Amino acid sequence: MEKEEVRKELKVSAIENGTVIDHIPSESVFQVIKILNLSEYKEQLLIATNLDSQKMGKKGIIKVSNKFFKSDDINKIALVAPSATLIIINNFAVTEKKQVEVPGHVEKIVKCFNPNCITNNEDISTRFTVIDKKELKLSCHYCEKITARGNMAFR
Amino acid sequence: MKNKSLVSINDFTREEHIRILELAGAFEKRPKQKILEDYVVATLFFEPSTRTRLSFESAATRLGARVIGFTDAASSSVTKGESLRDTILTVSNYCDIIVMRHPREGSARFASEVASVPVINAGDGANQHPTQTLLDLYSIRKTQGKLDNLNVAFVGDLKYGRTVHSLVQALCNYNTTFHLVSPQELKLPSSVKMNIKDRNLAYHQHTDLMEVIPKVDILYMTRIQKERFADPLDYEKVKNSYILRNNMLSGSRENLKIMHPLPRVNEITIDVDENAKAYYFTQALNGVYVRQALLAAILGVVE
Ligand SMILES: [Zn+2]
Repeated sequence: MEKEEVRKELKVSAIENGTVIDHIPSESVFQVIKILNLSEYKEQLLIATNLDSQKMGKKGIIKVSNKFFKSDDINKIALVAPSATLIIINNFAVTEKKQVEVPGHVEKIVKCFNPNCITNNEDISTRFTVIDKKELKLSCHYCEKITARGNMAFR
Repeated sequence: MKNKSLVSINDFTREEHIRILELAGAFEKRPKQKILEDYVVATLFFEPSTRTRLSFESAATRLGARVIGFTDAASSSVTKGESLRDTILTVSNYCDIIVMRHPREGSARFASEVASVPVINAGDGANQHPTQTLLDLYSIRKTQGKLDNLNVAFVGDLKYGRTVHSLVQALCNYNTTFHLVSPQELKLPSSVKMNIKDRNLAYHQHTDLMEVIPKVDILYMTRIQKERFADPLDYEKVKNSYILRNNMLSGSRENLKIMHPLPRVNEITIDVDENAKAYYFTQALNGVYVRQALLAAILGVVE
């Protein structure tokens, strides 16, 4: 990431403590908000989309005050916005930066697209093995069907 | 294999498959052995499948086991809204092994995770039916004397037939040459074809049944169902192209065997039954020996 760019943006709307989710494809910004349930969030939340980005053309950014995401949530972000970067802010300073990564296994958060899968008919957590990280193909541990980017929904 | 559940055909290794086939051969020679007299086998059929249930119950009974269970969801507590988890946990207390059939895909995997006893999948929706696959392998090995390097044709509905999908998967372990014969609309799904490609095995796709008959050792027939076609006219166009008649077999190999998972409707005409190459009824009988072998091996009474 371009350091200049980050500093400029953080200056414009800095948060004291929390997480900045950067490099979200513009079209995925609202999806990220949805799967992280941020529309319910009670603290300061800054959302920007269609910002110019050298790397991506257009990008979105979400700044969440006083929130440090757990791995379940980070995985969710990777599934809808694989290009996203997480920046951890403490006391207005960047203390950690990490690229989200599509995990090898996905549990609970994704719905199996197969309506006849047992996980869609009984109270059972879903489990997937990611068989293709690039194309995002998830093989259901139970019904063995493949849920792909195009038919992915979140629980 | 002791205490190991069998949900998908790939849960067992190639070596384990072969061991089951060898054990099945021994049970074919001596089907009545009271080696499971102290055991209770539960057959839980959440949807009816008389053929498969009777085959399992026959296998268990011939080995001296007691069989408990239900034959459809209506006669179980499922209709009262009991969860699958609760049914399986409860039944686990009453038996040493569970054989289950369920209309939902993935149900057997889930059951194997909550049950305190091993689970044999007797069909979970459109997903897996591994005991059918093993009896198919047994039938092929028995009639051809080997599993390796055979030419196998699959004919009919290759898109939806789970029997075909699992057998293709299993045969990928044996350097098989595949001949895939189906209408355009019912071709083998790419996810299954991936197994063949991963192993660099040869496969040929055909729409004409006649041209493959002289080339193969096994002709595996399946039924084409009208409701699989979006346009009924498409069905009418192809429905007669995948029917096997006795006179079509004149140029076939000496060792050819015709298989079918049954029930058949009209895809093999009655006159084929007289042909010594027809094997589908014996194939069904082989299911009992294979299921005896599985019960005995998983319960640990044979090595
Ligand atoms: Zn599933």
